[in-house]
Amino acid sequence: MPTTAPAFADATASDSALRRFLFGLPGVDAVGLEARAASLGTRSIKTTAKAYAIDLAISMIDLTTLEGADTPGKVRALAAKAVNPDPTDRTTPRTAAVCVYPDMASTAAAALAGSGVRVASVATAFPAGRAALDVKLADVRDAVAAGADEIDMVIDRGAFLSGRFLKVYEEILAVKAECGPARLKVIFETGELSTYDNIRRASWIGMLAGADFIKTSTGKVATNATPANTLLMLEAVRDFRAATGVQIGVKPAGGIRTTKDAVKFLVLVNETAGEDWLDPHWFRFGASSLLNDLLMQRQKLSTGRYSGPDYVTVD
Amino acid sequence: MSENNRLGVFKTYKLYVGGKFPRSESGRVYEVADSKGQWLANAPKSSRKDARDAVVAARKAFGGWSGATAYNRGQVLYRVAEMLEGRKEQFVREVAASEGLSKSKAAAVVDAAIDRWVWYAGWTDKIGQIAGGANPVAGPFFNLSTPEPTGVVAVLAPRKSSLLGLVSVIAPVIATGNTAVVIASADAPLPALSLGEVLATSDVPGGVVNILTGVTAEIAAPLAAHQDVNAIDLTGADAELAKELEIAAADNLKRVRRPQPVDADGSSDSEDWQASPGTDRLTAFLETKTVWHPTGALGAAGSSY
Repeated sequence: MPTTAPAFADATASDSALRRFLFGLPGVDAVGLEARAASLGTRSIKTTAKAYAIDLAISMIDLTTLEGADTPGKVRALAAKAVNPDPTDRTTPRTAAVCVYPDMASTAAAALAGSGVRVASVATAFPAGRAALDVKLADVRDAVAAGADEIDMVIDRGAFLSGRFLKVYEEILAVKAECGPARLKVIFETGELSTYDNIRRASWIGMLAGADFIKTSTGKVATNATPANTLLMLEAVRDFRAATGVQIGVKPAGGIRTTKDAVKFLVLVNETAGEDWLDPHWFRFGASSLLNDLLMQRQKLSTGRYSGPDYVTVD
Repeated sequence: MSENNRLGVFKTYKLYVGGKFPRSESGRVYEVADSKGQWLANAPKSSRKDARDAVVAARKAFGGWSGATAYNRGQVLYRVAEMLEGRKEQFVREVAASEGLSKSKAAAVVDAAIDRWVWYAGWTDKIGQIAGGANPVAGPFFNLSTPEPTGVVAVLAPRKSSLLGLVSVIAPVIATGNTAVVIASADAPLPALSLGEVLATSDVPGGVVNILTGVTAEIAAPLAAHQDVNAIDLTGADAELAKELEIAAADNLKRVRRPQPVDADGSSDSEDWQASPGTDRLTAFLETKTVWHPTGALGAAGSSY
């Protein structure tokens, strides 16, 4: 049964207590945050370190297809790619998970059975989250029953932005209760939260409510994962572990398309949360086209010549 | 202030990649001298990463450029000639300095280069009829061959002819719908970099032509081995470099246009660029697609084709 970490039991006792707690969090220095994220993005990662970063990044990908046009065939193709990303090089690691809509979870589960690649399913009326709680919980139950190992839920941004923080918190608690053994990723849709302070507050609500992962965005709005908002969330999970001993994962999603971007995020992880998070269990990339760029870079490192999109699969 | 006291404004020559004017990723430059060894300007010394970026830009531009109608491509190329005409004086100056020509001879070369561009602009919607057409076959089929652009073409520009030779290798490549990554002459790169400015101010979409300067062998090697380059024109390579690049290019079966040796050392340095070029360079980077289409039951339809 999920419970609030003891150190913060008081914080979630009532709506006003939660509000007091959230507004008591230190304000975010926006300029400093962006400057820090930008300066960490200038690290030069080459040769063997680059090879390590590429393999790590591949193993951290939640290979995602969240389109209205998804078909069972496409999901199966994606699953095959997740298990064996580069058929020309069997040393390529497999991805962490395949991320699909709930109605495709059973297809993905069947295709991935025994492979070690997990099935992640979005739920709770993704991406808007505008549905009644019963409907959202049914969505989660359905996904778990279909074989999802991980559930990606969206928070109720309407409630959050109108200051009903306890409603957001309780909704996450309710979803977590439905997840059973499945790990819960909580999506804040940072692009809709307007301020860095709000992202910090949302991160704490998610962590207090027992999220296993906090995730930036759905990939369906204009602003998705950025180095700055991911850095902020990494600071939150670092601080949360320092206070409670509980480790929580982070998943930036959307807009990460190149190896260079991915490596920048890994630098952020290492420098902010620390090495403990450099593991697919604690850090993920929500991405689809990123994998092809990583594979092309991997081919470049192993052959010495530049590869091209003709040498990776089109998904 | 009198005219004599005015401080001259030196030009920073930059690469032309993806419609933008970046410096070399490496930050390097090299000194360009005129034919008498006097310093003219610094030019960017491209690295393999500049070549990589140029290929990405060229690949991105290929869909739109090859998909444009031949008529439209012709109009766009003609527009380039118009822009060249307007900057003739600058090119005369640069060609004269680079190739050690008198002003009048350089002017004749620039005129020829502009005329060459117009000539290729006219070919865009005619090459299809020359290189393709209906094939007679022994069966109830229409059989049609049509030339299609190969893709991204790496071009080693001629080493001596800095503008006329350059235009004569770029224009045919893009006229047929390919996109180009051009390595300018290492000794005379300035007209090429200025041509980039002309292309940027005409209607040629960014990425269709990308111009790199530096040590030819250093930039050409990663391009020849690049898996996303479809063809390579070795005009500006000497015999030894051409052989090396051709071996690298075989890896993904690139179309290769070898230098046509006219000199004793196997290079094509003294090729006569004033001569009428013919369609060789246009057809060198085309692939023929042939379509069989049934004509239906001729007897039943009562018609004959």
